[in-house]
Amino acid sequence: MSDQALKTTPLTDAHRALGARMTGFGGYEMPVQYADGVLKEHLWTREHAGLFDVSHMGPSFLRLKYRTGDAKADHDAVSALLEPVICGDIKGLKRGHIRYTLLLNAHGGIVDDLMVARPAGDDAQGVLQIIVNAGTKEDDFARIAAAAGDDAEFVRADDRGLIAVQGPEAEAVVAAIIPEVADLSFMTVTDAPYDGGTVIVSRSGYTGEDGFEILVEAASARKLWNRLLEDERARPIGLGARDSLRLEAGLPLYGHDLDETISPVEADLGFALSKRRRLAEDFPGAARAIGELGGRLTRRRVGLRVLEGAPAREGAEIVGPDGAVVGRVTSGGFSPSLGAPIAMGYAPPELAEPGAKLGVIVRGKRQAAEVVQLPFVPHRYRRKA
Amino acid sequence: MRFTKDHEWVEESGGVAAIGVTAYAAEQLGDVVFVELPEVGKTVKAGDPLAVVESVKAASDVYAPISGEVVEVNGDLPGAPETVNSMPEKDGWFAKLKLSNPSELDGLMDRAAYETFLSTL
Repeated sequence: MSDQALKTTPLTDAHRALGARMTGFGGYEMPVQYADGVLKEHLWTREHAGLFDVSHMGPSFLRLKYRTGDAKADHDAVSALLEPVICGDIKGLKRGHIRYTLLLNAHGGIVDDLMVARPAGDDAQGVLQIIVNAGTKEDDFARIAAAAGDDAEFVRADDRGLIAVQGPEAEAVVAAIIPEVADLSFMTVTDAPYDGGTVIVSRSGYTGEDGFEILVEAASARKLWNRLLEDERARPIGLGARDSLRLEAGLPLYGHDLDETISPVEADLGFALSKRRRLAEDFPGAARAIGELGGRLTRRRVGLRVLEGAPAREGAEIVGPDGAVVGRVTSGGFSPSLGAPIAMGYAPPELAEPGAKLGVIVRGKRQAAEVVQLPFVPHRYRRKA
Repeated sequence: MRFTKDHEWVEESGGVAAIGVTAYAAEQLGDVVFVELPEVGKTVKAGDPLAVVESVKAASDVYAPISGEVVEVNGDLPGAPETVNSMPEKDGWFAKLKLSNPSELDGLMDRAAYETFLSTL
């Protein structure tokens, strides 16, 4: 893709002003790192608060066209439009709650992973907030709009700014500007007034830390970004550290750890198969998933500690005790928090339990690796007390 | 010291040359977290991969700017890969080569030519 074809976000100029090194990602020109560099940015986020421009992602709304005014009936109706293409229980979502779920194809392969929220407000029942990945959003949007048909209006909101604030000091940094966020627990969402308009703030993220994601009108995005940056506890963090943070948190990245051939059970995302949907077997590829849950599984996503040598990166072969290739690394690199190489990849179930001794092939040489429990670095989400 | 367009440097003395990467390269690489060195006794041709440096994000080859035999490697580097960032053109050297074709040095840039080259990037 040529540079000319890259899209910008409402914050692209802000990144340039901060001296960011820019790169093409998901069709957007995005900051890969700022002056501090990936290592320092990563550690800053784990200790303080990191500010991420994630406006390249795909926020959107699905709005029931004819609402009855009965909150439950309207929510059930809009959920019924989305549920056939995903594996999550959206009907069962409480007001102001968010669910991580998966768009699936007819074979039960993962088309994308996404966040679906039920707004809290009385006037927004029958509306779902949906955020999908940048690289897949055109296809995802088409799929969701088709599923909704004529009964709901699908509205993309990816012209807005989406700012993630992540880290142990994220609450203090955000609450100083948007006090309402202090009342949120992990995976809940609220509207809040900002700059004469409304922002949508969720307590969520993809670093393993406590934090927030703020959807803000494009015209107010740079003001909010700068305002957050005025706090000395907050620093801008590029995509480089975003990737190493999510890898340490054991969170899969679509297009790398997940693709259309991989099922939720293989990806070790069984929790995303909501109980109601599993019992009803009414999601795409349900027969495959049920069979896999019953033991018909040939591979599973694992975490690997690489015990010697160089980091094993995406594409590196994983070998079993007898030296035979049993899988591949799908994400790998150096963990700044652990000071050691870590990776995720796929291995046969019999070699996927913590403690299993495997090897990874890096530049033709076998290096010892061991399956470990994910996440590599403990999550520090602020769950409801 | 002589330089390549791939941002390696060579410092020759008595037919043996130390090889490293320039300050510009070190800045571009970002924080180096792992270094893989060649084995002593290995022979390389100019342009062959000589070493590998890895940042958090990516692995990058370091190429041999000249042909020769590896006679020494910087044994301090694997335990302190950050030296590539802090002292790229001094303690951050990777290996020393016994030159098999010293005339190859004439094809490399001097400091002034390298600085001019950098200004075009």
